[in-house]
Amino acid sequence: MEAFGLLWYGFGVLLTWKTLALMMVGLVLGIFVGVLPGLGGPNGVAILLPLTFTMDPTSAIVMLSCIYWGALFGGAITSILFNIPGEAWSVATTFDGYPMAQQGRAAEALTAAFTSSFIGSLVAVLLITFLAPGIASFALRFGPPEFFAVYLLTFCSFVGLGREEKHKTIISMALGLLLAGVGMDTVSGQLRMVFGWPELYRGINFLVAVIGLFGISEIMLTMEERLALRGHAAAISLRVVLKVWKEMPRYWMTLLRSSAIGCWLGITPGGAIAASFMGYNLAKRFSDDKESFGKGRIEGVFAPETAAHASGTSALLPMLALGIPGSGTAAILLGGLMVWGLNPGPLLFVEHKNFVWGLIASMYLGNVVGLVLVLTTVPVFAAVLRVPFAAIAPMIVVSCAIGAYAIQNAMFDIWLMLLFGVVGYVFKKIGIPLAPFTLALVLGNRAEDAFRLSMIGAGGDLRVFWSNGLVGTITTLALVLLFWPLISAGWDRLRGKAT
Amino acid sequence: MTSNRAVDVVVSLLLLALAGVLGYDNWRTGVSWDATGPQPGYFPFYLALLMAGACVYGLAKEYLARRQPSETFVTREQFTRVLQVFAPTLAFCVLTQWLGLYVASFLLIAGFMAWVGRIAWWKSIVTGLVFAVLMFVTFEIAFDVIMPKGPVEALFGH
Repeated sequence: MEAFGLLWYGFGVLLTWKTLALMMVGLVLGIFVGVLPGLGGPNGVAILLPLTFTMDPTSAIVMLSCIYWGALFGGAITSILFNIPGEAWSVATTFDGYPMAQQGRAAEALTAAFTSSFIGSLVAVLLITFLAPGIASFALRFGPPEFFAVYLLTFCSFVGLGREEKHKTIISMALGLLLAGVGMDTVSGQLRMVFGWPELYRGINFLVAVIGLFGISEIMLTMEERLALRGHAAAISLRVVLKVWKEMPRYWMTLLRSSAIGCWLGITPGGAIAASFMGYNLAKRFSDDKESFGKGRIEGVFAPETAAHASGTSALLPMLALGIPGSGTAAILLGGLMVWGLNPGPLLFVEHKNFVWGLIASMYLGNVVGLVLVLTTVPVFAAVLRVPFAAIAPMIVVSCAIGAYAIQNAMFDIWLMLLFGVVGYVFKKIGIPLAPFTLALVLGNRAEDAFRLSMIGAGGDLRVFWSNGLVGTITTLALVLLFWPLISAGWDRLRGKAT
Repeated sequence: MTSNRAVDVVVSLLLLALAGVLGYDNWRTGVSWDATGPQPGYFPFYLALLMAGACVYGLAKEYLARRQPSETFVTREQFTRVLQVFAPTLAFCVLTQWLGLYVASFLLIAGFMAWVGRIAWWKSIVTGLVFAVLMFVTFEIAFDVIMPKGPVEALFGH
């Protein structure tokens, strides 16, 4: 098995004291941002990204991905102890997690959440280890039309499968693609949409936008709702851990089902949130005792947590293999890769073996270390939430500003961050989804280049997107997904007539 | 009290205007085809059209639903609280330009804790100071990431 050899090699890259220390730092910072309301995976990674600018790419990505794992673990702490989901995908965890805490079974719920997160990620990492190299080498044969078709598929699946109003998803996506085009045009070198404003020549940096959209706007929303933090205390003892672990095998079907859902939805973009709800609902549907869900059933914690983590982790698969992020945080990691001059996509597996396998190995190690760390340090992190919000809010604002400034050393970016903060606040309130915007902003230039290169190659003939079986299938699939709501409505009507 | 619908309409109109401006600029850059393929304005021009179309659709939808009740966007009380965090953030950005980031962040944290959070003055000042110094040590010294600095840092020779 080639993958084993490469993975072993990856562990070799990883096992230095410096990398291991960075891993611990990343995990602690990650749990910290996951626990704090108003931060979370995407912001945490975006804000802490500048810390890594002076590191070599492998150390940097190991630290960033550990921040990501930490944030995933941290989200569960707030959901269970405080009934406040730190992340959208932790919402389903509150359904049974918080009732368990109310019944004094907080430690059990937390152990269940952490362990199932670990299992979900582990399944997804295994998937990445064995599938990603194959997908990447397959994608090496891709030309510009194939790549454009894959980008199209990503965008169309957001519009067709998203729960938001379709025109709002389209607005969000088109705006992201437009803003990605601001500045120097990569093909012709001409300036576009800058209106003679020198600050715009560099273009609108993706990370600055993310920090504003998620960090600053989240602070405003949290202030508006005035969260009163009242939580349950918890310390996890070894006895409880062993008890939960002994119970776990009984729920193997739930764990397996949730892992599968999570992996599937993580690879298709926009998945983690849907995955956690779907994992929960399916566990409920297949259960003999549906009534007990929502009243503190341990299975109700296992199901969404496994699914959310499986999808959060497997979202990295398309990012590594194709250069297409499956989630908001994966999109930010992708932005980071580009800062270090690495070009995400199939070539990464050939040109930067160290980097890719170091990252994959760090997923294994980071999850094991993360599990032990959270199980032992829950009381410390739960205490973080007792710090008054009035102290945390300005600190988050400062961290956001540092993050935004450090990317290009530009004061203009701090102002841009503030603007995006207001935009994010308003968009969230009127239901314009931010994820398509983020994805469009990071992929915009690559999608446009792929389109123009295909057009140049084909002499302007749009039929190039159906010129061979592969590209034709992807393009058609993209269109099917785009019109999926219409197709499924039509199908239902036909079936209605038949019966 | 503003309704969600009113905000939705205003945002749609603003985005429509933005689509118009960006669309025009791209049209000026060139939206047709030349010998080398599509001109630089081609791709963004059609995106601007797409966005404008989606905005018009949204506006029409809100117009048709105008008689149905809409949720409140923010209450006055909520808006005050949002301003309580927005105004200091704005001030912080302005101060960063003049005094450098570290001094501005000390002022933001200490001020916000004391005025908005009604936490004792000495606690606020100590927290702000510790945080600002910690950030300075982390970024300027340990990680070599350079932030905007002002007269106070200059006193210490940075």
